[in-house]
Amino acid sequence: MATVDRASEGRGGFAVMLPFRLAPRESSVWRFADWISLRAAVVLVAGLWLGLAVDAFAASAAAQPSILSLMVKWSPVLFGGFLFNLLISFLSMAIGTAAGIILGLFQVSLRIPLRRSAWVVTQFFRNAPWLVLLFYCILLIPFELSIFGRTVPFPDWIKAVFGLSLPVMAYVSEFVRGAVQSIPSGQWEAAESLAFSRRKTMTMIILPQCVKRVLPPWMNLYAILTMATPLVSIVGVQEVMTLTRAALGAENRVDLLIPIYIYVLSWFFIYCYPISRYTVRLERHFTVIG
Amino acid sequence: MNWTPAEPIVSIREVFKSFGQLVVLKGISIDVKMGEVICIIGPSGSGKSTMLRCINGLISIDRGSILVEGQEVHDPALDKLALRKKVGMVFQQYNLFPHRTALQNVMMAPIHVLGQPKAEVEARARGLMKKVRLEGKENAYPGELSGGQQQRVAIARSLAMNPQVMLFDEVTGALDPETVKEVLVTIKELAEEGMTCILVTHEMGFAREIADHIYFTDRGVIVEHGPPVTFFANPRDPRTREFLGQIL
Repeated sequence: MATVDRASEGRGGFAVMLPFRLAPRESSVWRFADWISLRAAVVLVAGLWLGLAVDAFAASAAAQPSILSLMVKWSPVLFGGFLFNLLISFLSMAIGTAAGIILGLFQVSLRIPLRRSAWVVTQFFRNAPWLVLLFYCILLIPFELSIFGRTVPFPDWIKAVFGLSLPVMAYVSEFVRGAVQSIPSGQWEAAESLAFSRRKTMTMIILPQCVKRVLPPWMNLYAILTMATPLVSIVGVQEVMTLTRAALGAENRVDLLIPIYIYVLSWFFIYCYPISRYTVRLERHFTVIG
Repeated sequence: MNWTPAEPIVSIREVFKSFGQLVVLKGISIDVKMGEVICIIGPSGSGKSTMLRCINGLISIDRGSILVEGQEVHDPALDKLALRKKVGMVFQQYNLFPHRTALQNVMMAPIHVLGQPKAEVEARARGLMKKVRLEGKENAYPGELSGGQQQRVAIARSLAMNPQVMLFDEVTGALDPETVKEVLVTIKELAEEGMTCILVTHEMGFAREIADHIYFTDRGVIVEHGPPVTFFANPRDPRTREFLGQIL
């Protein structure tokens, strides 16, 4: 009887002994934000459809094509443009990531001149407006280049890819530097005492541990980059925004303006939202595992 | 260069080291013969860990000489990797590689540093896991192991390089009292097999039991040293007496 009492007393009395979750799976703030954004999206989409239904009814009375039919008509062209945006985002991300990893490794190099210059380059491109970088690339890169007697053309969209990959490079460089420096110094000491060279320590021990730290911010950057791709329309690349403006010009219908932009915007949302949600999930997963 | 096993395998002479304004080592001299077990004790901040890190070249020294098998560690032309193949080190915080399993931790350095064939290394690594009583934990990641288990993997990882000398830097300092013993048993077995060991430790009972020689350091100098029996029974220096009085 006495032992039973003691056991129950222990269970009730020492809260620190109870099992607890390391990190809450979903904080109330996130749940609230989700709730609000979901409601907002539902209202927006429902409003759009309601508007389109009313318009279709009115259009049949006024004997002009309805907004919906116009949107369906332009969809293939616009969607082609959207895929072009995605292509630009893939290429910029790939080039920027490759260059950024190299630049980031230079930033943690033991050679001081290399480290300093990599830092300057990183800071310069990280703190420059993306649009200015785009203009620079469009204006500075020649439209064609002669290499070994062969002429390689550089169309505007390729230049734009380079322009967008510059800030990506700078951000990735900072991710790499931050991740490498966040690895406890004991890992370096242990590797050194096992006679690993610096290069092997980096490639086999430090960088593999950096991947999970870099992945969430890297995916976040990709989502931001994708949403920034319409910028290239300003420098004359025929992507989805340019085509949307062209469609609006061809139809000459003021009431098409808002629905068609919401339509195009929703593609970006449908593409980017899952990425950002998955990033949040990854971040949480990694904080729990440590 | 003509080192013979009769000479000390590690010979530390008048070593000085400072970090900025802080002088950490003020003329340390220690000789370690092959197969000997040396314990270094002393209050925190007396330079014990710094000295260990000097022996395998993790930290450079300002003045003096450290010879390992007759080779000057302080020589800038020294092949540090060759030195570190001879000197194994185990840390207070284990420092296992968290992205690799226990067995992979043990196998990595022999395969990628020494270039030994994988099959041979794996057989040896499994043997070492058994030796540190961690059979069945080969595929566990460090995060899934207790502190004592991780520390034993770290010992096995060091042994896989077949070192001549093992350095232990307060290896039980971060462990629960219950798991301290399992690590100490492993070290004791190692010492009994004739491995040359230099330990920095706060486990006085353990030091008394396994050490051939005990050094007491305080504020960067060696205050007193001797075989454990005389050292613990008749400490001569008042600082040693004060320290032992607080601990025992």
